[in-house]
Amino acid sequence: MHTRNKKLAAAGVLLAVGLAVSSCASDAAPGAASETLVLVTHDSFTLSEGTLAQFTEETGIEVEVQALGDAGELVNKLVLTKNSPLGDVVFGIDNTFASRAVNEGVLADYASKDLTDAEAQYLLPAGSGLEQLTPIDNGDVCVNVDHEWFAEAGLDEPVTLDDLVKPEYADLFVVPAANSSSPGLAFLLATIAAFGEGEAGGDGWQGYWSKLVDNGVKIDAGWSDAYYVDFSGPSSEGDRPLVVSYASSPPFEVQEGDTEAPTGALLDTCFRQTEYAGVIAGTENAAGAEKLVDFLFSTTVQNDIPESMYVFPVNAAATLPEGWSEYAAIAENPFVVSPDDIDAGREAWLTEWAAIATP
Amino acid sequence: MLGAGVPLAFVGIFFAWPVLAMVGRGLFVDGTLDLGGFGDVLTRPRTLRLVALTIGQAALASVICVLLGLPIAHVLYRLRFRGRWMLRALVVLPFVLPTVVVGVAFRTLLRDGGLLGGLRLDGTFAAIMLALVFFNVAVVVRTVGNTWEGLDSRQEEAARVLGAGPVRVWFSVTLPRLAPAITSAASIVFLFCSTAFGVVLVLGGSRFGTIETEIYLLTTQFLDLRAASVLSVMQLVVVVALLLLAARARGRRTAQRRVDAANAVHAPRLGDAPAIAVTLLVAVFLALPIVSLVLRSLQTADGWGLGNYIALGGTGSRNALVVPVWVALGNSLQVAVQATLIAVVIGLAASLVISRRPRSLGLRRALAGFDGALMLPLGVSAVTVGFGFLITLNQPPFDLRSSPVLVPIAQALVALPLVVRTILPVLTGIDGRLRESAAVLGSPPWRVLRDVDLAIVARPVLAASGFAFAVALGEFGATSFLSRPDRPTLPVVIFRLIGLPGGDNFGMALAASVVLAAVTVGIIALVERLRVGTMGAF
Repeated sequence: MHTRNKKLAAAGVLLAVGLAVSSCASDAAPGAASETLVLVTHDSFTLSEGTLAQFTEETGIEVEVQALGDAGELVNKLVLTKNSPLGDVVFGIDNTFASRAVNEGVLADYASKDLTDAEAQYLLPAGSGLEQLTPIDNGDVCVNVDHEWFAEAGLDEPVTLDDLVKPEYADLFVVPAANSSSPGLAFLLATIAAFGEGEAGGDGWQGYWSKLVDNGVKIDAGWSDAYYVDFSGPSSEGDRPLVVSYASSPPFEVQEGDTEAPTGALLDTCFRQTEYAGVIAGTENAAGAEKLVDFLFSTTVQNDIPESMYVFPVNAAATLPEGWSEYAAIAENPFVVSPDDIDAGREAWLTEWAAIATP
Repeated sequence: MLGAGVPLAFVGIFFAWPVLAMVGRGLFVDGTLDLGGFGDVLTRPRTLRLVALTIGQAALASVICVLLGLPIAHVLYRLRFRGRWMLRALVVLPFVLPTVVVGVAFRTLLRDGGLLGGLRLDGTFAAIMLALVFFNVAVVVRTVGNTWEGLDSRQEEAARVLGAGPVRVWFSVTLPRLAPAITSAASIVFLFCSTAFGVVLVLGGSRFGTIETEIYLLTTQFLDLRAASVLSVMQLVVVVALLLLAARARGRRTAQRRVDAANAVHAPRLGDAPAIAVTLLVAVFLALPIVSLVLRSLQTADGWGLGNYIALGGTGSRNALVVPVWVALGNSLQVAVQATLIAVVIGLAASLVISRRPRSLGLRRALAGFDGALMLPLGVSAVTVGFGFLITLNQPPFDLRSSPVLVPIAQALVALPLVVRTILPVLTGIDGRLRESAAVLGSPPWRVLRDVDLAIVARPVLAASGFAFAVALGEFGATSFLSRPDRPTLPVVIFRLIGLPGGDNFGMALAASVVLAAVTVGIIALVERLRVGTMGAF
């Protein structure tokens, strides 16, 4: 009798879970809007609740968001589906993949009419994306330093890329791999911009990486791994006080009551990633798509970007949230590699890098 | 006919077509077949190393999983003790944890200065092995255990009475009857390991490339579809070779006398001591990363506490998430229920067909091929399948690229082989004479199916549902690029949290992983209770 009841109870619970779960299925369908635009993005895209709804209020157009993987996957998927586009607008093409998107012809000609001279620094060169891509946000990938660790050790913090290969900083540095992590690639590009082409064991970026390896740099597969396992920062488990991360990371280590950030970014080691939006070639609603690109550049979205995506807005009229101006620094002269050079060099660089850094 | 048609159509549309289209993109240049890529890619020394490492790590991990899994299956499915249903549920736990979280948990233990740092395993091949075994030992325990629990123990007893020692009884009586289930389990583990991606990268420190990691790099970063297609073909060759090998090893099917599991189990005795010892050791090994994960999830900026769990109710202190974790859990459960239904219905239909023994050799071969086809999705890169979806499912009636139904479908593809491999060994074990006698006694075919096949298979189906559910809940690879950002599943949310800086985000990611694991174990435990409850039913 007892077992039977238990059995019935268990069956009842399972049934109830099943019903509860499948009953939520019906409310998923979006309201029947007259117009819907599909915005394809990378997986890190988020905005606060209600932000996109404002676009619908203003224009009567619904926006459906479709994430397609990281920035590389996003562009490659657009290229593969050129003849049968996945959406109307794309957000999240960065300067390391912009050339491929432009050269493969996946974008229609439109850059937001609201851009001003103040955003000129973010624009791509003419013929290489100026006409198709509107800058939306940017973030610097920089070496982050654990201030507390260096204070305790009584060691001066490194400042430049050259410092990182000095013997006093041996075994203190961890980086995510360039071939499986996008900040990892950004850091490789910073070293390529800083040291130029050369050869392994000789000079140039290859020589620099050989020295980094000799100086005990640790290469991890991904950012999470480098930051949370090997970095010595306050929310991390490890013992290496130098890590490749974002310039926007330090504010997130600040606890209530702190007067200064426990970590910081080395601003002479940065590579700037800028993310763009564009109209996808072949859209049936070009006018609506252009409005959506303008909306992404508007202060409505731009003011929301820092807290939602942990990067800086490009719109000069946007305001930064509290704490950002204090703890999140911006590099004055980040390293730059042109999108065309990145597109041409990527495969060879990564192959060479892998041979040096992960033998 | 229908029984074979539906599974074939399912695998054909949602697997074979996208994969072939993707491989075709790389091999056909301007409409003409270009096989030059094979020469280029196959002669690179790097390719040889990738293939060798892929086969090597998958084979070694399968062997270790079988060696460790068998004693555990014995303890959990042949011994009678209180709380065994709970242990059966717990063993699935590693299976649903997101790889990126497990990677962090393992590396925290293994790095210099970590709890096990003295072993100096960080970034080594051995570390990859540990993680692969961590994830996959449950496959062996459950697949083999499920067959084992219904085996009549009187054959062993008879052998023992006739003077055979325990070793002899094991090798000449028990092992041959378990062989089909062991081969099934080992091939699933092999396929899982040969396409393992995150584990290999995170624990190997991106030093140990496999075919899978290379396809990912070529497709998502370089857009070198030509080389990626060649490697996809290589991957298929490896997988098909393995499946042929496994089919040979399964060999002739032997009819087994199956009994009510209640009569096959016994209370632990001295002879079980080695198996119990192995089980305890493995339990400690499985528990170590999990316990460290749970402990870390209880640490907050203000010391120990439930802060990270309480934070899950919101969207993160800095708006890290689109939806509270509970909503994501709801999405996950909903999708997993749908995926389980699809996988179990299709898997059962397919198993019933495959378990038939037609007289014609051609038909028998066709069935073996069909059996293998259902296993393929486990052994082919998720990147190839995912990109393939985009270039095939773009026109009616399969205009599904942006449809939410693709998520449960993709999860069901991964769960399907597990369902088939759990149900099939039991179905093929049914003595054909049982069906014949039912037919002779006047039962129409549908009644034979209902009263013989379905009645015997009821419990394995429940077990398979539980496992399929766990797989669907934990699935990340396919889900991540198919799920809609406004309706993320829990693994997708965890992945996002652990990709953001800050102790609160990290803590929430770990707390969410613990919640995912706890919910999964809870549901599987419920299914196990149900299974134990239905014992008297047949």
